[in-house]
Amino acid sequence: MPLENKHIYTVSQVTQEIGVIFENTFGNGVWVEGEVSNFKAATSGHFYFSLKDSNAVLAAAMFVRANRELKFKLEDGIKVICFGKIDVYGPRGQYQMIVERVEPKGIGARQLAFEQLKGKLLKEGLLDASHKRELPFMPFRVGIVTSSAGAALRDILGILKKGAPCVDVVIRSARVQGEGAAAEIASGIEELNQFNRVDLIIVSRGGGSTEDLWSFNEEIVARAVYNSRIPVISAVGHQINTSLCDLVADIFVETPTAAAKIIADKRAALLAELDNLRRESGFILLDLISALKNNLTGLAHALKSPLDRLQEKAQMLDDLSSGLSQNMRHLINLTRERFSSLIQRLQALSPLAVLSRGYSLSLLMTDSSVIKNVAQIKKDDKVKTILGDGGFISSVEEVINDKRKTVL
Amino acid sequence: MTKEKQSFEDDVKKLQKIVEELSAGKLNLGESLKKYEEGIKLAESCSRVLQEAERKVESLMKKDGKLSLKEFAENAEGKD
Repeated sequence: MPLENKHIYTVSQVTQEIGVIFENTFGNGVWVEGEVSNFKAATSGHFYFSLKDSNAVLAAAMFVRANRELKFKLEDGIKVICFGKIDVYGPRGQYQMIVERVEPKGIGARQLAFEQLKGKLLKEGLLDASHKRELPFMPFRVGIVTSSAGAALRDILGILKKGAPCVDVVIRSARVQGEGAAAEIASGIEELNQFNRVDLIIVSRGGGSTEDLWSFNEEIVARAVYNSRIPVISAVGHQINTSLCDLVADIFVETPTAAAKIIADKRAALLAELDNLRRESGFILLDLISALKNNLTGLAHALKSPLDRLQEKAQMLDDLSSGLSQNMRHLINLTRERFSSLIQRLQALSPLAVLSRGYSLSLLMTDSSVIKNVAQIKKDDKVKTILGDGGFISSVEEVINDKRKTVL
Repeated sequence: MTKEKQSFEDDVKKLQKIVEELSAGKLNLGESLKKYEEGIKLAESCSRVLQEAERKVESLMKKDGKLSLKEFAENAEGKD
């Protein structure tokens, strides 16, 4: 076929035609799914990257105007769905996708952003358990960062009033949703630290949509919580959708009410503990005293007081003496009887009685010994003779040795 | 914050120590009685602190870069 019969395009023309075809085909925008690769953020703020699948590559550009709205970070390897137009770039003979919107594939953009920021904070150590501060022994002054008009504040104040009325409250009001809320929450935490009059901070907001609660997932809030010297309880939302604020906080609970309950429970536990300690020390003392009492009773038996002992002796004496006097009387009576019979017998035996019957008793004058046999005397010895009613002294004329001669 | 609140933690710990000492049983009656009395006093003052019911609710305000407290009107209720 002769060449002159052919329609010959210039490079520009054919490029333009391709542009028209693209415009006709993709003019209303197209959704393209692929994996991000070769991602570059230019100093101008524009993003350049490729979308690829196993068989093909599509160049893509996302200009500042569009990527400002991006909630998450574009990075190599993430699967996305992009919306935009396909544009032909003549000077390079290339076509590329001008991306207006990007959604992560599989999970939502916010979720991805959350995961990305969480990964970053995790790497930096903001979520480390070792960084968690211990809650105060008993927080007597609690700071609350929340909306001063919110239900969360009302709930917390209500619980504290009932369960921990000894706790003073400092409220640092902050908007908790919408543009600028994150910055207000963060500066609330910072100011409470700066003011330094509370020993615990509750960062809180009532329930709401993921969108409503988003401020608590922002980096600025997470960092403020991390940097707080004062321990922080995070109480965001009314369900289990953990925010970054929750993860960085020292303790997180599901609801504002639960945060206040931590304090009320602490107070109740301390009151119970104090009661126990009081009771325990009482018991210990009672035990001690009763042990001592037992000891004392034992000792008292061994070691009576002198007065007690005297009284005991007196009692014993009384007992003895009453027994004694009875015995004595008996004894005396007995003795008396015996005595009188003795006297009678004595009287019967008395030599005087014999003498009164006509007998006499002779004594040697020299030694007053009773003369019982003749051998005791010799001639001229002086002899005293006792009669029943008197006596006489005589001298011996003759000693008669014949027993018979003296018999009367 | 009152003095009792400031020393609260120390006081409770002191009390715990006293009860420990008492239960160790190494004190004589005189010492025990003294410790007991001290402990009861601590328990009572600590309980009193927790049972206090006059709380303050204040707002932290920032004006010209200066932080100050203002009484918070508790009954002003609103919605999220």
